Amino acid sequence: MAATQKTIEQVNNLGNNEYKYGFSTDVEEIRPPKGLSEEIVKFISAQKNEPNWMLEWRLNAFKVFLKLPHPNWAKLNIPKIDFQDYYYYSSPKSLADKPKSLDEIDPEILKTYEKLGIPLKEQEILSGVAVDAVFDSVSVATTYKKQLNDLGIIFCSISEAIKEHPELIKKYLGSVIPVTDHSFSALNSAVFTDGSFVYIPENVRCPVELSTYFRINAINTGQFERTLIIADKNSYVSYLEGCTAPMRDENQLHAANVELIALDNAEIKYSTVQNWYPGDVEGKGGIYNFVTKRGACRGVNSKISWTQVETGSAITWKYPSCILQGDNSKGEFYSVAITNNKQQADTGTKMIHIGKNTSSKIISKGISAGYANNTYRGLVNIHSKAINARNFTQCDSLLIGNKCGAHTVPYIESSNSDSIVEHEATTSKINEDQLFYCQQRGLSSEDAVGLIVNGFCKEVLQHLPMEFAVEAQKLVSISLEGSVG
Amino acid sequence: MLEIKNLHVSIEGKKILKGLDLKINKGEVHALMGPNGSGKSTLSYVLSGKDGYEIDKGSISYKNKNLLELEVDERANEGLFLAFQYPMEIPGVQTSFFLRTAINSKRKYLGEPEIDSLDFAKSMRVVAEKLSIAPEMLKRDLNVNYSGGEKKKQEILQMSMLNPDMAILDETDSGLDIDALRIVSDGVNNLRNKNNSFLVITHYQRLLNYIKPDFVHIIADGKIVKSGDYSLALELEEQGYEKLSINQ
Repeated sequence: MAATQKTIEQVNNLGNNEYKYGFSTDVEEIRPPKGLSEEIVKFISAQKNEPNWMLEWRLNAFKVFLKLPHPNWAKLNIPKIDFQDYYYYSSPKSLADKPKSLDEIDPEILKTYEKLGIPLKEQEILSGVAVDAVFDSVSVATTYKKQLNDLGIIFCSISEAIKEHPELIKKYLGSVIPVTDHSFSALNSAVFTDGSFVYIPENVRCPVELSTYFRINAINTGQFERTLIIADKNSYVSYLEGCTAPMRDENQLHAANVELIALDNAEIKYSTVQNWYPGDVEGKGGIYNFVTKRGACRGVNSKISWTQVETGSAITWKYPSCILQGDNSKGEFYSVAITNNKQQADTGTKMIHIGKNTSSKIISKGISAGYANNTYRGLVNIHSKAINARNFTQCDSLLIGNKCGAHTVPYIESSNSDSIVEHEATTSKINEDQLFYCQQRGLSSEDAVGLIVNGFCKEVLQHLPMEFAVEAQKLVSISLEGSVG
Repeated sequence: MLEIKNLHVSIEGKKILKGLDLKINKGEVHALMGPNGSGKSTLSYVLSGKDGYEIDKGSISYKNKNLLELEVDERANEGLFLAFQYPMEIPGVQTSFFLRTAINSKRKYLGEPEIDSLDFAKSMRVVAEKLSIAPEMLKRDLNVNYSGGEKKKQEILQMSMLNPDMAILDETDSGLDIDALRIVSDGVNNLRNKNNSFLVITHYQRLLNYIKPDFVHIIADGKIVKSGDYSLALELEEQGYEKLSINQ
């Protein structure tokens, strides 16, 4: 509990509007020159001592990237991104000679994680959360490893998995998100630097929450993490990720690919609390968050559940999706997306029903304040063979103030008549009378907004693992500070 | 406790209160009666600090402070409580959680530690039982799908737990059946003591059979036109506003 407790305390101590994770850490970094080229792809692969097949895979992806146009269907105002103006690899120098234990890690880096409320030292990790922490491009440490090993669970950085478990990587990497999917997935495939790898063997229920913490530290750095989670037959895993970045005036780029695979009767629960730096009140700086997350329910009775709380980033472009191949498989998407000031979010999900009796549920809560724009975009696609498929979608939008926007764009494609698709949507403004009522009971105006918005998001927040739900509630309130005068 | 002097209030340029005077001492219960549109609810909103009311003239002192300088939540935490005529629904927020948040806001304001969860649960149960509020109600979302009577009982529960110095009840009797009226009144009577004060705003004399006021005031056209003791309420009930020559 120590880790979470610390985080909560830090959030509690935050008495003002500022982004609390906005510090940067002074460490020496190894960085190739700015820009994107075949050389950089080779450099990254070489830095990681990757086998040749991996390098070939990356180079192929780079070729694909060069040919693909950028997706432009989102309701986002994306400034032209100069891909040559970013660094594609940044590693703290002291990590170059792989530390074998936490004692060997640069104390500055450990301090960063402590500030974030993610102490890595084993003795502090009593909470049953195993943490893999990614600092810029390199995985710093994976805790809890031995305990998980005994159960046959593999939880390590993707770089390590490429070397240690090539058969699993070759079989599954890119099998859910093809390299050719769109330009960001191709870019990630070419230059991904680190991320987590999880394999849960047959009949194992992972006893702890697995967690990754991403932090962008270096200036002008893109972070391209790659996560791959495989739940073998009859297994279960719950996985959490959290993200922060220092305050920088420049926009930082983040393009992640996350692939989940659930085999027969397996269940994966994936939760995200995304709190990247959103930029300042004027919209200067902030993270561009272009994320592709996709899960495949390959086995019968398998289940994948995405829960996300998106409060950060200048631009969020993200559609965690489920491909429901196995008969009776289930997909779920629970989302809270909060945009304040000049933030933009275009987020939602895709539920692709292929197997018989597949079902999906989508609950999306969008909150807009300031001058922000918040769009839910979702696709429910039911194939002709997906007999007796079911979907339920509920999209609720809450507006705070009168200069923000909320948009709901559902696409429904059904190719058989045995299926039932339901869609409900509401848009409401935060009610002045509700605020007054809460304040008359002694709550400050900001506490009142926090309370009402948390109530609005409850259906989603209750799907987060307990400790993270508390943190998420605080984040919801903090990200809306200053939204009512 | 509360002293209102020559209060003039308008909403969007329309004059609602036109020179209202009212003094309430510690330990007193005052009833404010008047026809619709006379300014009763406006007074309750001005006292609690709702936006949109222009104070054109006059002063309000509360516990020797200038009430008009305090924010809505400061007034509340200084012990001023308004039982709403139409309590708000707050979806997704459990009734008991809301209540605890309110109590802790006040404690924070007063520099006291947060209430112990067990103490809170215990005292809430005791008060709820007195008000015939079923324990399941406390787990439901605040006021969502509550009946009119349930909402009013909820207001009295909050009032009892927050233990205000000055409570304003805005037409708390409206929409109550006779049983609920008795329960709500008992709740108020249990809270009455020599250190707190009540302003009971009502259209009908009926409520005053249960909550016996020390003083009764009749408001018409933004001013108090007549004051007296409990007998004034009875007189009003008998004769109606019109016969007492009060402009409707």
